[in-house]
Amino acid sequence: MDWFKRTKQTLKSVPKTELPDGLWVKCENCGEIIYKKELEKKLYVCPKCDFHFRITSKEYIRILFDEDSFKEINANLMTVDSLNFKDSKPYIDKYMATVKKTGMKEAVVTGTAKLEKHDVVAAIMDFKFLGGSMGSVVGEKVARAIDKALELKVPLLILSSSGGARMHEGILSLMQMAKTSAKLARLAENKIPYISILTNPTTGGTTASYAMLGDIILAEPDALIGFAGPRVIKQTIGQDLPPGFQRSEFVLEHGFLDMIVHRHQLKQRIAGILDFFAHKNPH
Amino acid sequence: MAKKKQRFVLEFEKPIVNLEEKIAEMREYALASGLELEDDIKRLEKKASQLRKEIYANLSRWQRVQLARHPQRPYSLDYISRMCSYFEELHGDRRFADDKAIVSGLAKLEEFSIILIGQQKGKDTKENLYRNFGMPHPEGYRKAMRLMELAVKFNKPVVTLIDTPGAFPGIGAEERGQAEAIAYNLFRMARLPVPIINVIIGEGASGGALGIGVGDRILMTENSWYSVISPEGCAAILWRDASHAPEAAEAMKVTAPDLLKLKIIDEIIKEPEGGAHRDYDLAANVVKEAILKHLRELVKIPPKKLIEQRMEKFSKMGAWKE
Ligand SMILES: [Zn+2]
Repeated sequence: MDWFKRTKQTLKSVPKTELPDGLWVKCENCGEIIYKKELEKKLYVCPKCDFHFRITSKEYIRILFDEDSFKEINANLMTVDSLNFKDSKPYIDKYMATVKKTGMKEAVVTGTAKLEKHDVVAAIMDFKFLGGSMGSVVGEKVARAIDKALELKVPLLILSSSGGARMHEGILSLMQMAKTSAKLARLAENKIPYISILTNPTTGGTTASYAMLGDIILAEPDALIGFAGPRVIKQTIGQDLPPGFQRSEFVLEHGFLDMIVHRHQLKQRIAGILDFFAHKNPH
Repeated sequence: MAKKKQRFVLEFEKPIVNLEEKIAEMREYALASGLELEDDIKRLEKKASQLRKEIYANLSRWQRVQLARHPQRPYSLDYISRMCSYFEELHGDRRFADDKAIVSGLAKLEEFSIILIGQQKGKDTKENLYRNFGMPHPEGYRKAMRLMELAVKFNKPVVTLIDTPGAFPGIGAEERGQAEAIAYNLFRMARLPVPIINVIIGEGASGGALGIGVGDRILMTENSWYSVISPEGCAAILWRDASHAPEAAEAMKVTAPDLLKLKIIDEIIKEPEGGAHRDYDLAANVVKEAILKHLRELVKIPPKKLIEQRMEKFSKMGAWKE
């Protein structure tokens, strides 16, 4: 939920996790100067310290799916500001500016694809679009992706990268949690596999709905995963948070992840899981 | 969180309360002095009634939020004790603990035996510490789910009373999977094969409220609020200052009339004039009648159809164009 604040903070310095233009990139974690082409080849993982750079939906699509296999669906859904929401400026202006800046229409891209020849339906969230926040369109696109997986009877992948529900759509955002979870419940009744992939960050209403409902839940290393944001928790309890709190390793340790997967192995490990579910036992 | 006082009067309630006190004084004086003041008293009572109508007909969203948080507002147990002829509280999630921020149990509501689940705040500091200010931990949501499974097993409708400033943001809550607990409840409640009625009776803050808030009918008492985040939380992020909460409440459209217009809730339950805290018995009776009306409809619907309709209901929520 605090994507707005974060954006403002990062504006002061050079954007840290997003890759600046130019040939060289500095690792946010270890300070290593990395040749951009090299970083791209390494799937945006620091060759020195394994830090996973935050990447966009476009890059995840390239990393996860067989070449040119991703076919976008429901690409034209766009936001309507039915609350007439306004803070320092109207929400709809902020939204349109983001559309212009990112070239995307919302914080999730959905489609059909192949992953090591397995047909899948995928929803890939994108943090760069208003902090990956979930409003009506994100909820609706995810819901339709779930329905598509049910219709095609193919496994569903959702990759989360989200600060949570979008405040500017008030109660409508909240209800997207109920909507997507309801659709997932129907998918589960039909025994269609759902693999949930958590990246940095996955918090708030996104975590408290589809992100935590996978048959298999995997996360990239060191991703922030939780319900409440660390700042809110710190403020509420009035004490410092333990090191590593709400990071992938912590969440795994407490039993809410199946596995942590390095980005280099992401595709291969998911393919293995898809193979497993597709396999028919002799009888 | 609102601070507790013996007699708590909101700023906009003051003219009414002052007038009411005046009337009470006059009555006392009339009694003691033997003077005939009945005409004057009647005149003032009429004025008070008019004033109440005026003030409560024009409440801002923020004023409604304040009413929803009124320290004397009836809480779940106040409703339960007045609505139900029988209530046996069941404790614990059978996994970790008994969360005092959620009360739940076996209840009888007129002709129905139901599972009743409610978020519970405290009336004073001591009670509030015990109830964690109505902010559940994961074990609260899991207790609620345990009782809902009981409802399925024995074919009982579920009624939930929602009144929370949010799911608790703490270390233990995160360690024990607050997000998973809420997510699982949404997932399961969407397909529960028994009628579910959700009533927002005070505060409906975010996932903490929704965690027991998926059902066939969503009802809301007149001065409750329900949104994706508290007005203060929204203001702290977007205005960078929690004191802008009144503007955030306006912007997010958090009131019952807003939610009816947005097609999120099914019905607004009228509160006694001046708010539910002015008359517990009446408030509880109106809520009870509303629940009964919907229960009588819902029990006639076969489970499969009920689940289909519930899915349809939530599928439609939201706004987009293509
Ligand atoms: Zn590095």
